[in-house]
Amino acid sequence: MKYVELPEIPPELQTTVRLTTVDQLYNWARQRSLWPIFFGLACCAFEMIATAASRYDLGRFGMEIMRASPRQADLIMITGTVTKKMAPQLVRLYNQMAEPKYVLAMGACAISGGPFKEGYSVVSGVDKLIPVDVYVPGCPPRPEALLHGILALHARIGQESTRQMRAFRKAPDEGIPVPLLGPDLVDWRRYEGLMEPARVEVDWKEL
Amino acid sequence: MGELKGVAADIFPRLNERFPGALQPAERDGLVVDARQLVAVARFLRDEQQFHYLSSVTAVDYPQPTAEFPARFDLVYHFYRLSGGGYLALHVHADRDKPVVPSLTPEFPAADFQEREVWDMFGVRFEGHPDLRRLLLWEGFDGFPLRKDWKEAYYEEEHKPFKSRFPEGGAPVPAEERTPLKDNLRFPAGWEPQDWDFEEADRLLYQRMLSADRDPAKPLQTDEMILNMGPHHPSTHGVFRLAVRLDGETVRHLEPVFGYLHRNHEKIGERNTWLQNIPFTDRLDYINGMTNNLAYCIAMEKLLGWEVPERAQTLRVIMAEFARIINHMVAAGFYGNDVGFFVTAALYAMEERELILDLFEAVSGGRMLYNYMRPGGVAADLPEGWVEQAKLLVDERLPRKIELMQTMMLENEIVQGRSVGVGVLPPDRAIAFGTAGPVLRASGVPYDIRRAEPYCGYEQFDFDIVTAEHGDSYDRLALRFGEIWQSLRILRQALDRIPAGPVQAKKLTPGLKLPAGETYGRIEAPKGELGFYLVSDGSANPYRYHIRATSLINLTPLSYLTRGMKIADVVAILGSIDLTMGEVDR
Repeated sequence: MKYVELPEIPPELQTTVRLTTVDQLYNWARQRSLWPIFFGLACCAFEMIATAASRYDLGRFGMEIMRASPRQADLIMITGTVTKKMAPQLVRLYNQMAEPKYVLAMGACAISGGPFKEGYSVVSGVDKLIPVDVYVPGCPPRPEALLHGILALHARIGQESTRQMRAFRKAPDEGIPVPLLGPDLVDWRRYEGLMEPARVEVDWKEL
Repeated sequence: MGELKGVAADIFPRLNERFPGALQPAERDGLVVDARQLVAVARFLRDEQQFHYLSSVTAVDYPQPTAEFPARFDLVYHFYRLSGGGYLALHVHADRDKPVVPSLTPEFPAADFQEREVWDMFGVRFEGHPDLRRLLLWEGFDGFPLRKDWKEAYYEEEHKPFKSRFPEGGAPVPAEERTPLKDNLRFPAGWEPQDWDFEEADRLLYQRMLSADRDPAKPLQTDEMILNMGPHHPSTHGVFRLAVRLDGETVRHLEPVFGYLHRNHEKIGERNTWLQNIPFTDRLDYINGMTNNLAYCIAMEKLLGWEVPERAQTLRVIMAEFARIINHMVAAGFYGNDVGFFVTAALYAMEERELILDLFEAVSGGRMLYNYMRPGGVAADLPEGWVEQAKLLVDERLPRKIELMQTMMLENEIVQGRSVGVGVLPPDRAIAFGTAGPVLRASGVPYDIRRAEPYCGYEQFDFDIVTAEHGDSYDRLALRFGEIWQSLRILRQALDRIPAGPVQAKKLTPGLKLPAGETYGRIEAPKGELGFYLVSDGSANPYRYHIRATSLINLTPLSYLTRGMKIADVVAILGSIDLTMGEVDR
């Protein structure tokens, strides 16, 4: 945390009184108490658990409390393949998390679909559904890589300002429209923008 | 017509005598049964020929007519005798335009989820199935993906390796850019979302929930409620949903909903080359990458007819038994999560797991997913000092830690109170439901593939098949500790006598071709029978690649086990069965 030493404070109090900004203090505290949601999708979830266990010990970063409820969590680690069947639930979970909230995409599947990208029921990366803050590549990433990703997220939090943060916007948060399962995954945001021109351009029989 | 081999040759005269004209030898493997006689033949096999165990049900799509058969779906059933020995494959042909076959589920509950999966993936209707809904995909999904003529949105070519996407060079274009909708999406022509019924899947599920297991004789008709557990729930071991109909706290009916991690292993596997599939098998049951590799390689070796060098066999046994120790410790640890001591026991398991992972990492380079086994051997020999390290672990550290963990769990009052007498599975039901591995043995059925159909030289090792008597959650937990001790026994023997020699007999090329034929290879994976049903047409890619997922089939009795129990017991029963969603949904 950056701070200024004040000349008018007596020397014996110099180590106990600091002058800093609200942003600095706020971010410093938030960086050290991120609570992740206890949410595992696939193989990477097991590496996340290994990271939380004794050898790698997420507790060193103030993160050992994994919450089952999204309402109590600040960070969702997408640990594995996001399938179309899971997409509505995932968006709903994200919407239920309280601001400020962060998303860490762990592993190739969460980033792009990974080895299963060509599959018919796999979403090509979780960033098609929810905004992602940090990507951790690997299949699966080693615990060290995940820790590095978490430190990158800490650095990112450290640069935030209450004036710009999403959490402090005046307008209410509408949330992301939850996709639905039709003949395929129907994402309403994309449907508005993307399907309209497609109806003209695409020969449906070719698909 | 093919020549009959093994069990099929043995049983064919008896079947032919009883059902004259109904059976004939299949083209490649096993017997073809007339669809109308299927149920009678299966019942005869079970009741009079001791084929009690229906292991796997799947289908293969043949869209092109051959000289002998018209275009068809070929349904394949694998039966076993519990006294040991090889499989008997029964084939049933279904018309490709209107595929209907009689369901085996009323007779063999083991077929329940597997028939639903075939309906989901191939669109084969099973007449008489009590609840034929889609298993892995959702109601309303467009088409049946494992049919050969069904193409996904990112479809490029039939077989890998694909031709170069960029013959003139240049930057790679993401798959999204090559599809009309710019995403992995595929809608039928003229589809309009406003006319679509998005509630259908849940409505069908709840209709089933409300109608099943009704007790009209119940004197007091009380209000019941439906509770959904999951897909996001800390005790479902992944993304798994349980819809429960509750009367107060008592479970009246439970319906599992799968598919939240359906990753299209089988469709992708048919496009990959044979060797490209090995790393994909790692990702099935991601706790036991080693044994998944092994099962697939054993199935391939059956088709190739390859001998594996002695040294490689022993290395395989060592890796498989270490994997079993990891799996059982983790299963026991996470069972602790489910019955009330949050992560404490799991931390003990994870600590020892790290030490075994270090050994795996030294041989394969991967911490968790290994890609280590190969047809004809293993990928790499042991590095220097590996055996000493492994011996140190097996002789010194693991016995003490396992002793500690075993005492902590099995003698714990909470564990006993939560699991003794909870979820009792009698042996006859365990067999009928097709359960395998610890779940089957905890019910008192001493069936272990390492003994029943030995592979990798397990017949040379001295070990016991652990069984239990009561078949409740506590027995399933205690049995896992028993198996860990047996694994340590095998490891001590194996580590002492690793033969010298090569670890890979054949030179593997990326375009390895398997001779035309079909086979079913299986091993005793830590969770039970893991089988691979492979069909080769002689090319470098599998024609059909089916995984007999033991985690999925072990869940078949879940509804039966939880009926009449309290809602809190559901979590304990589920934990005692031990599942990995990667394998359940594939």
